[in-house]
Amino acid sequence: MAIEYLGLSSINGPMVVLEGVQGAAYDEIVEMTANDGKKRLGRIIEVDEDRAVIQVFEGTEGMSLRSVHTRLSGHPMELGVSEEMLGRTFNGIGIPIDGLGKILPDKMLDVNGQPLNPVTREYPRNYIRTGISAIDGLMTLIRGQKLPIFSGSGLPHDQLAAQIVQQASLGDDSDEEFAIVFAAMGVKHDVAEFFRRTFEESGVSSHVAMFINLANDPVVERLITPKVALTLAEYLAFEKNMHILVILTDMTSFAEAMREVSSSKGEIPSRKGFPGYLYSELAALYERAGIVQGVNGSVTQIPILTMPNDDITHPIPDLTGYITEGQIVLDRTLNGQSIYPPINVLPSLSRLMKDGIGEGYTRADHQSVANQLFSCYAKVGDARALASVIGEDELSPLDKKYLEFGREFEKRFVGQDPHDNRNIIETLKIGWELLRMLPREELDRIDTKLLDQYYAS
Amino acid sequence: MTEQKAEKTGVIYGINGPIVYLKEDTGFMMNEMVYVGPERLVGEVIGLSSKRITIQVYEETTGIRPGEIVYGTGAPVSVTLAPGILTNIFDGIERPLSEIAKTGGAYINRGVSVDSLDTTKKWTTHMTVKKGDYVSGGAIIAEVPETQAIIHKVMVPPDKEGYILDVVSDGEYTINEPLLTLQLPDGREEKLTMTQKWPIRQARPTARRFPASQPLVTGQRILDTLFPMAKGGTAAIPGGFGTGKTMTQHQIAKWSDANIIIYIGCGERGNEMTQVLEEFSELIDPKTGNPLMDRTTLIANTSNMPVAAREASLYSGLTLAEYYRDMGYHVAIMADSTSRWAEALRELSGRLEEMPAEEGFPAYLASKLSAFYERAGMMQNLNGTDGSVTIIGAVSPQGGDFSEPVTQNTKRFVRCFWGLDKSLAYARHFPAISWLTSYSEYLNDLGAWYSEHVDRKFVDYRNQLVSLLSQESSLMEIVKLIGGDVLPDDQKLILEIAKVIRVGFLQQNAFHKDDTCVPMEKQFKMMEVILYLYRKSRSLISMGMPMSVLKEDPIFDKVIAIKYDVPNDRPELLDDYKKQIDRFYDNVIERNA
Repeated sequence: MAIEYLGLSSINGPMVVLEGVQGAAYDEIVEMTANDGKKRLGRIIEVDEDRAVIQVFEGTEGMSLRSVHTRLSGHPMELGVSEEMLGRTFNGIGIPIDGLGKILPDKMLDVNGQPLNPVTREYPRNYIRTGISAIDGLMTLIRGQKLPIFSGSGLPHDQLAAQIVQQASLGDDSDEEFAIVFAAMGVKHDVAEFFRRTFEESGVSSHVAMFINLANDPVVERLITPKVALTLAEYLAFEKNMHILVILTDMTSFAEAMREVSSSKGEIPSRKGFPGYLYSELAALYERAGIVQGVNGSVTQIPILTMPNDDITHPIPDLTGYITEGQIVLDRTLNGQSIYPPINVLPSLSRLMKDGIGEGYTRADHQSVANQLFSCYAKVGDARALASVIGEDELSPLDKKYLEFGREFEKRFVGQDPHDNRNIIETLKIGWELLRMLPREELDRIDTKLLDQYYAS
Repeated sequence: MTEQKAEKTGVIYGINGPIVYLKEDTGFMMNEMVYVGPERLVGEVIGLSSKRITIQVYEETTGIRPGEIVYGTGAPVSVTLAPGILTNIFDGIERPLSEIAKTGGAYINRGVSVDSLDTTKKWTTHMTVKKGDYVSGGAIIAEVPETQAIIHKVMVPPDKEGYILDVVSDGEYTINEPLLTLQLPDGREEKLTMTQKWPIRQARPTARRFPASQPLVTGQRILDTLFPMAKGGTAAIPGGFGTGKTMTQHQIAKWSDANIIIYIGCGERGNEMTQVLEEFSELIDPKTGNPLMDRTTLIANTSNMPVAAREASLYSGLTLAEYYRDMGYHVAIMADSTSRWAEALRELSGRLEEMPAEEGFPAYLASKLSAFYERAGMMQNLNGTDGSVTIIGAVSPQGGDFSEPVTQNTKRFVRCFWGLDKSLAYARHFPAISWLTSYSEYLNDLGAWYSEHVDRKFVDYRNQLVSLLSQESSLMEIVKLIGGDVLPDDQKLILEIAKVIRVGFLQQNAFHKDDTCVPMEKQFKMMEVILYLYRKSRSLISMGMPMSVLKEDPIFDKVIAIKYDVPNDRPELLDDYKKQIDRFYDNVIERNA
């Protein structure tokens, strides 16, 4: 359809209204040309008879009511995908910005994707070794899982994500490799640079496709960035049989962009000013992780979000936690004690862990050791609270042992060098060394047989 | 619908997300099912005025344009009721997902048109009525073995009655073949098949409602013993993420003594539905020896599927449940999660620009919730059989805060409240149901059943356990301030026994073959042993024995390990524990006298 409309009836922030338009479809992409000759893309978000409300991805700066030419594309937002996209860098809507020329697309895909049919999903079972004890031991990452990192400003979430990317392997004897799709939404320039450099230094950059929307890039573009990235991820995983690790950072910027756009549309806000459909929108992204029956690829997601004011009950981490299959929570206190990675294990969780570990996957005692460490570390909290009231000296001998256990647990099990790549046997070995600090009768989560086998030795 | 109605149509003029507006009154009815646009997306009329009609669309509206046509169907949004529902997995408006997968591949495409149930399969049918019989609404006319576990009873639709003019002989029939001809009271003749249609937002009629009198036995100790649930009752499981709502619902779906389970995954994770599908197909129901899937129907409207269908999914599931109740079965619905359903209401309400009440939720949230939970109950059906619909709804409170509107409104309409606790979950104490905030109003109603079927002392023992736990919780306040060492020995004993109750009784391992589901008899005897240990220890303490001496004996740890050490089928082994406790008592006295 080649009709071009001249002029707009109003411009309000990233939103413009076009009147007198014929046959505009909901969710259709339009191309707009301002008098500076710059082309921009927009999406129709509301249609009322001949009036269309359009969201402009690249921002409305420099547009005027009279001179803008608008052309309907006749289809929703699409991304041309191809295997060639690995090793390249794109802007937030999938246009190459690395100066290496255009991509010759293999096919065009609707970036909104479609819900995976639960019947055709395969339940994820194979664990991914990250080499990080706290994660492998206590909140194991499974291929096809979505496991976010809940962090705060100033915490080393980027470093942790980069370490996972560098070390992630599919067990010891597997030669399958991950390809990485990296989507940055509203991140600082140096964060994007950090990831680019890390990918380069570790020699994986030829397997990485980067989609970058920086903090000063248009806000509306941010809304489409994760969808574009996941479209490529799904294509590579389910049509090209690759294992894809998707890093999405920072989901907080994405949700805030949604709030900004929603309020300029005049929608009724729900909690903290976020639109009522925040849950559905987040779910539409996170649920694009998974494995499909009969396909040898997978999409694993590690979204990163910074919790505003470190508040885990804030709507963004809260709704995310309800959709994702667990979470890795970073903690400011641990970070203050220079423990890296500062993972607070108690609120952290991997829901798929139980089916991907144990005999045949890792080791038979894995689940029991994890449960016992969780349970003992929870008691450390009680002992610490008591010590802060009556003083450490007044504690019972058992409570003192717990304090000691807690310190060592944080130092040796949680804490590790950013370049330390531990295998699961090492991780479990440290776990048992720590448990041996406590009397045997305190270990009520472990089967007697396993205790006989591992506690004494 | 049997009679042919002229299909009404309308023209789209506006689209906003899942909401579509039509200009002018086209004669559509409220809640009528419509097809939108050339792809014929399924929608429902939710607002009518002389100037415009509002329609919610159950599928993604991308690509819909003004000027496109909306087709009426003349009937409200309904589900198809006939054999073939069990073992199946549907989306929120009863479209079979496995059929969709056959035609559409891995993704759910838009505008797919498939029959809800298999119309070609021939079912072995045994007719239970004969020519000349007078049948009224709800009467059973035929029996069909739907799965190994369940006989499907074909019934006369509730709004029909009359004399049977002719009837087919026993044999193999599809769900659309006529089984008999009915002469209606007004003289018209109508052929009945196995199939009925019923509007999802309307409760199926029953003869009368009974008060709760039988428990829904789940095999989960904290539920059966501390906070029991009645057949036909309502319960809510609120909890923040990671506290185990879904896990608890899975356990109840697997092990409860309901005849039929309807599992509604409403706005939840896709992988979870896959897990239910895989696990339930492999697991064997210990009571009947058949696969658990034989008594289960799944409704999966995952969080990334269209929001309007999420709103409808609860009603679809409920209507299926009521249909099986009408056959005389006890049906339990797991709704995971009702918060997602409430959020779908909120989202649609926002798109309709309605005035919000609390936290953006519409003001009718409470009335919708109450209408939903009131469809549960133990009923006498129109055909004289008894059946029940039990609703167990998970609630996902925002920020884990139980004061938010959905939890608070739900609390008003359910009688059983199983509150999940974050700190228990963090310590990996599962099920993480808090014994301090949970309650069950059914306890009094069910006391008589427990006395008769388990033991007269059951309720008394249960109350003793609860009292010990609440004493522990107030003692812990002191311990937190000054440490446990300074407590007198009798209080130390309470802490010690409470630990036995918590770890040995309340904590239950869903992955252990015996512990995952525990029969009532063993639950009772475990309580008995724990309380016996408490009585004996208390008399030692009152003789002046310090707690530290008592603790030297491994008896406390042994009692904690009962759940693993005593197999479910050998409860008589528990009597031996009393003897061990007696020996412990004598030993302590002997050595320290």
